[in-house]
Amino acid sequence: MSALLDARNLGRTYRMRQGLFGRVLDIHAVDGVDLSVAPGETLGFVGESGSGKSTTGRMVLGLEPLDAGEVRFEGEPLPPTGSPAWRRQRTRMQMIFQDPLAALDRRLTIGVQVREPLDIHDIGAREERDERALSLLSLVGLSPVHAARYPHELSGGQRQRAVIARALATEPRLLVCDEPVSALDVSIQAQVVTLLQKLQDNLGIGMLFISHDLRVVRQISHRIAVIYLGRIVEEGTAEDLFQAPLHPYTQALVAASPEPGRGKIRRQPLQGDPPNPADRPSGCAFHPRCPVAEARCRDSLPSLTPVDGTRRVACHLVSRQ
Amino acid sequence: MKDTPISPDQMSESTEASHPAGSFRPSRPPVPLAVWLAGGWVVAMVLVALLADILAPYGITALDLRNRLAPPGTPGHWLGTDELGRDVLSRLIVSIRVSLLIAFGAAVLSAVLGTTLGFLAAHFRGVVEQIVLMLADFQAALPFLILALAVLAFFGNSLVLFVCLMGLLGWERYARIARGLALSSSGQGYAAAVRQLGASPARVYFRHILPNTASTLIVSMTIVFPEIILMESGLSFLGLGVQPPQTSLGSMVGYGREYLTTAPWIMLAPAITIILTTLAVSLLGDWLRDRLDPTLR
Repeated sequence: MSALLDARNLGRTYRMRQGLFGRVLDIHAVDGVDLSVAPGETLGFVGESGSGKSTTGRMVLGLEPLDAGEVRFEGEPLPPTGSPAWRRQRTRMQMIFQDPLAALDRRLTIGVQVREPLDIHDIGAREERDERALSLLSLVGLSPVHAARYPHELSGGQRQRAVIARALATEPRLLVCDEPVSALDVSIQAQVVTLLQKLQDNLGIGMLFISHDLRVVRQISHRIAVIYLGRIVEEGTAEDLFQAPLHPYTQALVAASPEPGRGKIRRQPLQGDPPNPADRPSGCAFHPRCPVAEARCRDSLPSLTPVDGTRRVACHLVSRQ
Repeated sequence: MKDTPISPDQMSESTEASHPAGSFRPSRPPVPLAVWLAGGWVVAMVLVALLADILAPYGITALDLRNRLAPPGTPGHWLGTDELGRDVLSRLIVSIRVSLLIAFGAAVLSAVLGTTLGFLAAHFRGVVEQIVLMLADFQAALPFLILALAVLAFFGNSLVLFVCLMGLLGWERYARIARGLALSSSGQGYAAAVRQLGASPARVYFRHILPNTASTLIVSMTIVFPEIILMESGLSFLGLGVQPPQTSLGSMVGYGREYLTTAPWIMLAPAITIILTTLAVSLLGDWLRDRLDPTLR
């Protein structure tokens, strides 16, 4: 099966100067990330803040320049950002933002904004676009009344639904969701996640679902990739990853998210400082916090190696077994 | 002051608002009385400026030596005359035309210039942004009066040059505001969202960023407007602004200052006009800002 989205060896480096005359520091926000999304599939992308997961999402859409690697969408490389071809391609790939209030123009009504992608890309007859906007709103569970409202007059969940409706207006094949529910109440989170699942089932959209919330990712994803300091440390199906996490970091994450009915498991909170991309440890970036680190973890960087079929892990101790 | 009929205009306003036009728009609240009065005043001023030739009973240089320093109410000279016997009303009407031309022209010029440069800086970043910010710093650091004096002293004086020069007053404020608002909306904001919908830069800036920044820019404009009138009067007072025999509100005030104790009407008539016009512009701007911002209804 050909992948909808195929990204190879993505790299993004930011340059930072420490102080006025300090030396220039290269920060590898994203380093050697491979990922692929098939049509109708959801890839969950999990990591701490600063791990490069949002940057990866933006690179995949061509919103952020690539310093290394290549992104192929439907087999074709991405056109240059901002070019007419790139703008046309936006109908095929869309993004859903973390903060729906910021992502909506507060001066325009919801209806006008949901209609906007149709106006931009000149899709359908002018007179039918309002109709189409209303049907999109009903698709995400909003009523025609909401079309005349302004963003600040809606609740958080309704706003995110409106953002989703706008993203779906051009019938995209790929949806990149950058923490789409982390700004919402827990009770609303479930609604929005269920909505996304339902839409995916009906429309066959491929999704890259970026989040730091393991419970949400587990509910929606078919496959999950765990990212630590700009590198993928483990990738596998959602079931495998949660049932038997292999990488010590994944183990710590899974242990940290409580689950009813799992019973008591031994929980070890992660030790040490949260990762700082500007001061990346040598060797395996996780070794200062790893409970089972060995001497070689400090020196050599483990590569992402396949373990039984669909699964890939970057850890010296796992690949040895 | 001219009384503006309220009901017919409101009727046309509401029918326009309820017109479907295929857009999702709710109805709008009525316009307050103060705004009607302010709008009426500004319209009256614009009419006076346009019809100055017809309205002015005398020429601005026509002398009436038998009626020098006549007080207001004198038959034939309803606002009195100055020390040369020139009719204050006629001079006021022509002054309104000159000052309004300078103030509106310069305010619009500086708003357009500043906003354009600010958007360019936000769009291209890098070198363009550095140059724009450097110019803005330069403008803010240099007292405008000195800049104006230098330009007028070197290039002489003409109305066009004067309006263009006044258009440089306050542009750096628009530039900074426009740049800041454009940057903040394109990070994680609505502009980034619209851009990734595939919108062209023109659409992002004119349909989204400009209307969203309009409220701030309009308020800024209502602040700059009186500043321009005052700067114009300051320069006229120094003899570098509007040159006699041409007249302006500022030069009338500066000139009438000498007769403040004996013939206050020479100064009061233009001064009151300045106050009322700037107040009306401020009221209108304030209302327009609220009107443009749906969250403030």
